Amino acid sequence: MRLRYLLPLGLFVVLGLFLLVGLQLKPREIPSALIDKPVPEFDLPPVQGRQRGLAARDLRAGEVSLVNVFASWCGPCRVEHPLLVELAAKKVVPVHGINYKDRPDAAAAWLDSLGDPYDRTGADLSGRVSIDWGVYGVPETFIVDRQGRILLKHVGALRPEDIEDKIMPLLRKLGS
Amino acid sequence: MIAELGHFALILALGVALAQASLPLWGAARGDRGLMAFAGSAALTQFLLVALAYGALTQAFLGSDFSVINVATNSHSQKPLLYKITGVWGNHEGSLLLWALILALFGAGVAAFGANLPPSLKARVLAVQAMIALGFLAFILFTSNPFQRIDPPPADGNGLNPLLQDPGLAFHPPFLYLGYVGFSIAFAFAIAALIEGRVDPAWARWVRPWTLAAWSFLTVGIALGSWWAYYELGWGGYWFWDPVENASLMPWLAGTALLHSATVVEKREALKAWTVLLAILTFSLSLLGTFLVRSGVLTSVHAFATDPARGLFILAFLAVTVGGSLALFAARAEALVARSWFAALSREGALVLNNLLLGAMAATVLLGTLYPLFLDALTGDKVSVGPPFFHAALAPSFLPLAIALGFGPLLAWKRGDLPAVTRRLGVALGVALAVALITLALADRHAALGAIGLGLVAWALTTPLVELAERLRLFRAPLAESWARLRILPRAAWGMSLAHFGVGLMAMGVVASEAWQTERIQALRPGDAVAVGPYKFDFKGARELDGPNYLALRGHFEVTRDGRPVAVMEPETRRYPVPPMTTTEAAIRPRLTEDLYAVVGEPDGEGGFATRLYHKPLVSWIWLGALVMATGGALSLSDRRHRVGAPVRARRAAQAATGD
Repeated sequence: MRLRYLLPLGLFVVLGLFLLVGLQLKPREIPSALIDKPVPEFDLPPVQGRQRGLAARDLRAGEVSLVNVFASWCGPCRVEHPLLVELAAKKVVPVHGINYKDRPDAAAAWLDSLGDPYDRTGADLSGRVSIDWGVYGVPETFIVDRQGRILLKHVGALRPEDIEDKIMPLLRKLGS
Repeated sequence: MIAELGHFALILALGVALAQASLPLWGAARGDRGLMAFAGSAALTQFLLVALAYGALTQAFLGSDFSVINVATNSHSQKPLLYKITGVWGNHEGSLLLWALILALFGAGVAAFGANLPPSLKARVLAVQAMIALGFLAFILFTSNPFQRIDPPPADGNGLNPLLQDPGLAFHPPFLYLGYVGFSIAFAFAIAALIEGRVDPAWARWVRPWTLAAWSFLTVGIALGSWWAYYELGWGGYWFWDPVENASLMPWLAGTALLHSATVVEKREALKAWTVLLAILTFSLSLLGTFLVRSGVLTSVHAFATDPARGLFILAFLAVTVGGSLALFAARAEALVARSWFAALSREGALVLNNLLLGAMAATVLLGTLYPLFLDALTGDKVSVGPPFFHAALAPSFLPLAIALGFGPLLAWKRGDLPAVTRRLGVALGVALAVALITLALADRHAALGAIGLGLVAWALTTPLVELAERLRLFRAPLAESWARLRILPRAAWGMSLAHFGVGLMAMGVVASEAWQTERIQALRPGDAVAVGPYKFDFKGARELDGPNYLALRGHFEVTRDGRPVAVMEPETRRYPVPPMTTTEAAIRPRLTEDLYAVVGEPDGEGGFATRLYHKPLVSWIWLGALVMATGGALSLSDRRHRVGAPVRARRAAQAATGD
């Protein structure tokens, strides 16, 4: 058997090993450039019918907080919404919402009918603030520490295991 | 009940495939004709059973049986009939079942039309085919059962992704699969040849039509996908070098190489081991594409339901199929010795060059596609590889390929005469240079790129014509003789010239639309106007309106050229509530010479709307070229000489005549 006939098999074995390793990787989990950085400066009015708006200073007020970017027109947001309501009811962490590019009345109706888990809400009608947060698709969820630094970014709808395995351990570590 | 029937038929098909994969091999090794003949009936039975299963799933979709999970997740009672039928393969489980159906169809094709094959070769080919079927049927039954029930059933289904509710895309997967799966026949023939240790011209004559058919289908499939991306995604592009697109391009490149190297085996009995390896690689790349698309190891804009468990199954299947066949290749390839030699400068030499360049292109696409995975595995860095890499890396291979495409068909087998060929191609050379110089003189933008590109295109378009004229001895022999030659010119020769001409057409579309496209992206308020190429777009505003199952924002453009009205264009952005998503309906005014393309997007909150406007010269030639290439393939396929078994029959007749 001549060696050159073995070459294709050899190359394939290397490729196969890479693919096997690749199966364990998560290419969709893109590290955010904002991790460990202070939250961007912003000041948003509340969603229609709510009293408390959301601004950068609220997130630096010495409390760990969760910031959820949502929209009434977004399907996955609807899926994760009950989890946020549940999390807020447990009062482990204040839950804030940034309402991304929504019609004010639609956002209000959405919160009225599905339940409002948010302590503070910010209506980001133009989407400019969300761009500063590095949001590229709703929903996205951030954990912000007492000094207002972003510690965690979750892209896509939260699942129960995300809360159990990612968010709760981090909150416990921060002592909230 | 019908779903269970389908499920049961699929389990039976798995059993049949198991028998078909083993007994005929044993029979071929022992020379048992009965066991060898079993392969044919098993292949037909397997096809009937898979067709029954497929029919059952189609029935579930047609009857909106929402107790079947797959129907509930992917269909809707109000969906148009066409999309109920095409919805069967518009999802992971159903598309795998379609794959298995086409696989069984091809197997049945070999069984039905392979009467002239040597019995042992036929038995082995069908056994290898059944091994592939075994893998896919097991994959379906154990990880992706389309017949699973749900209790209680939902009142109505989720509906099909609106992006997929489109005739262009509806027929894209079947063509792709006909291509991918068609290559499995070439693969099965390669494995059978390795087992027998023999590759001869008869083998190549057998492999060629299947490869040709698969290649033509794949060409149409890829073109449909690209066309759909162009008019439906609304990004203005036709090819994005997305992993899922690349997954279909790699087997196409390798299959094109196989098509060319198989001629060398057929005519000259050389390049045998290489051709067998190419047949293995082409199908392996089809399987690799399936793995990449379904496992989620790469990030793609194509939202497939990905699942690591499924990924592991396909990877294991890939390891067995590809690893096993490459090991067999390593052990047996030495037995495949060439029966002839050839000079570097010859038809064979040109075809080797073709293979090297196409192979390099396939390897480049593979590297670019998997590079993010390699880097992530080795260093943890996340990168994406985009069009600049692919353009820069592929152009150096495409340039010599286009030049060789002109020379190759005129070179003689064994030892060619380049000066003589160059003399005969003088016309084409002149045309190419003239076009390049004229472009250089006239073009105000991208002159160098355009000149090289168009010169090359002119070369690729004229050389097939010169080659045809040569075959007919046009202008050199009396017209009557040329006419007589025309009438006996084999269809395969027409097919080749046509396919090569198609390459030129496609290249023309790519070069012209890349070099001279005008793109205008801006926020427009009603009353604003923009110049796009020679046209003026007047934006008259946008309004909301209700569609049958969506809300639309429809923009209104009045397009004029030198003050004369040309068209009214009304692009839309549609927002679907179920399932929630937004689609872009670009307004396109397609013409043979140019496309106008308009997209309207979100309001910017200050009275304006995000708009994108394009003027794309000759862009439709890209798909026209692909269609011409596929037509060339089909024409070649219809050649009498390809009609399977004809040479064997002739030889048998000769043997009978000599009393041998």
